[in-house]
Amino acid sequence: MADGKPLVHLRGIRKRFGSNEVLKGVDLDVHAGEVLCLIGASGSGKSTLLRCINHLETPDAGRVVVDGDLVGYAERDGKLHELPERQIRAQRARIGMVFQHFHLFPHLTALENVREAPMRVHKHSKQTATATARDLLDRVGLAEKAGAYPKHLSGGQQQRVAIARGLAMRPQLMLFDEPTSALDPELVGEVLDVMRDLAVQGMTMIVVTHEMGFAREVASQVAFMADGQIVERGAPADVLANPAHERTRSFLSKVL
Amino acid sequence: MAVDIQAVREADHAIVVVPRRRPWRWIGWAITAVVVVSIAVSFLTNPNYRWDVVGGYLFDQRILDGLVTTLKLTVVSMAIAAALGLLLATMRLSRSTLLRGVAGAYVWLFRGTPILVQLILWYNLAILVPSISIGIPFGPTLWSAATNDLITPWTAAILGLALNEAAYLGEIIRSGIIAVDKGQTEAANALGLSRFDAFRRIVLPQALRVIVPPASNEAIGLLKYSSVVSVIALPELLYSGQLIYGRTYETIPVLLVVCIWYLVVVTVLTVLESRLERRLGVGFRATTDGGKRWSRWLTGNR
Ligand SMILES: Nc1ncnc2c1ncn2[C@@H]1O[C@H](COP(=O)(O)OP(=O)(O)OP(=O)(O)O)[C@@H](O)[C@H]1O
Ligand SMILES: [Mg+2]
Repeated sequence: MADGKPLVHLRGIRKRFGSNEVLKGVDLDVHAGEVLCLIGASGSGKSTLLRCINHLETPDAGRVVVDGDLVGYAERDGKLHELPERQIRAQRARIGMVFQHFHLFPHLTALENVREAPMRVHKHSKQTATATARDLLDRVGLAEKAGAYPKHLSGGQQQRVAIARGLAMRPQLMLFDEPTSALDPELVGEVLDVMRDLAVQGMTMIVVTHEMGFAREVASQVAFMADGQIVERGAPADVLANPAHERTRSFLSKVL
Repeated sequence: MAVDIQAVREADHAIVVVPRRRPWRWIGWAITAVVVVSIAVSFLTNPNYRWDVVGGYLFDQRILDGLVTTLKLTVVSMAIAAALGLLLATMRLSRSTLLRGVAGAYVWLFRGTPILVQLILWYNLAILVPSISIGIPFGPTLWSAATNDLITPWTAAILGLALNEAAYLGEIIRSGIIAVDKGQTEAANALGLSRFDAFRRIVLPQALRVIVPPASNEAIGLLKYSSVVSVIALPELLYSGQLIYGRTYETIPVLLVVCIWYLVVVTVLTVLESRLERRLGVGFRATTDGGKRWSRWLTGNR
């Protein structure tokens, strides 16, 4: 599993908002096909770290490398120069992202939500994009909801459409930021099922979650974050059942 | 102890619901009917309105020409103002301090001075700036013309109305854009959409829902306050009427004619607006049905 170069390679990521240092030098490697679950208390910097990976947030220091590409910057004379927008967009298009609050486009149907980016970014024809979108909606179990607007879908259905929308760009990596935290308890399962299928099919995923059951069952690695740093990382059985750090132990005792 | 729901339900079937009585509703209807009928009767029977004169002027060529002028002024000014307003709104929301400053100053200046004064200044631009030329600053001139040849009552009117209206529309458009959840732009960015596509395909359609009602208000306002161009002797609808009654002293009937035409145009605008609002509301309404029958009829949405 750990052979070859990692697909995602983070070194020394730092980020501050004003005087608040949110990320204090984060290192992380995720190999192709792995699922990394990121856990940690509220405010520990999980979302910020995730958003640095697709350059929605610009790190103040450190490097993000996805598939051998430095994300957001070009390195010249020992300095990082921010890339032109167009190149950052091309990098983002290879990384799918799913948000806690779905952020579906409310004026577009489920099908239109899914096919919008392939048509605009990859310049796919309407027929091709529509066919792909239908396949993806079928894959997340929503083939018959293609014509529905987000408002008329349940939270779980909306999040599944959002996952299909991310997959439509054929990403190498999917980022999930608490994908089930905004859902009613009875709807969590259907979203986790879709994510589990993705993992089985070999998608590389970084998942911020409070669903310890999912982490235990699906994750290849679990990383625990506290105060802008990764405190502990390892196989789920180790980190969740046998935490080495006091902070991990006290966090887990609260959520389990 | 469990309750037998079935038994309770059968007992409930015997209960009849009587709607609350609403006597005030009927009294309200009756009062309104009496008032409306008496106004209508006075309108139709009072000879001072001179309905025969109204009928005579309704399709008078001068009135119709004025109507066309008003429509042209409104449509052209509104179109220019919308384009310029969109530009101003994006400038005010940009990250560049320079662009924000320039747009802010524009809005401040044009909203802060009376439209009447702006029109007179545009019309008399030749006094201030005798000739206009395009060229490289401090270098050769590529094109030049006397201001007097460029500024006609028409160009002055369009300039004045459009530039002034753009300041207002710019603020309306800006508030519409701000009203769209930031998560929308973020999701579009995460998908790799360009800034232009994210704006045009994702943000603008949602912003328009917020923009259209106040912008329609502005269009109707512009339709009527375009009559200020009479100060630079451009005969639009109201001024055409004033020219007529200035000679014949049939003040009230001619003004009634003018009002009838304004009402006709405003009615058309209102229908167009509600049609547009329905189209933009797709995906935001709780239900998917087409609304009440009369509104479907009104909007042709069957
Ligand atoms: N755009 C921003 N501007 C200022 N401060 C921010 C911004 N985004 C995040 N922060 C701050 O950074 C810290 C970490 O936030 P982050 O959202 O990464 O935490 P999190 O681990 O995802 O927490 P949660 O579980 O609540 O989502 C918080 O203190 C937050 O207030
Ligand atoms: Mg978060």
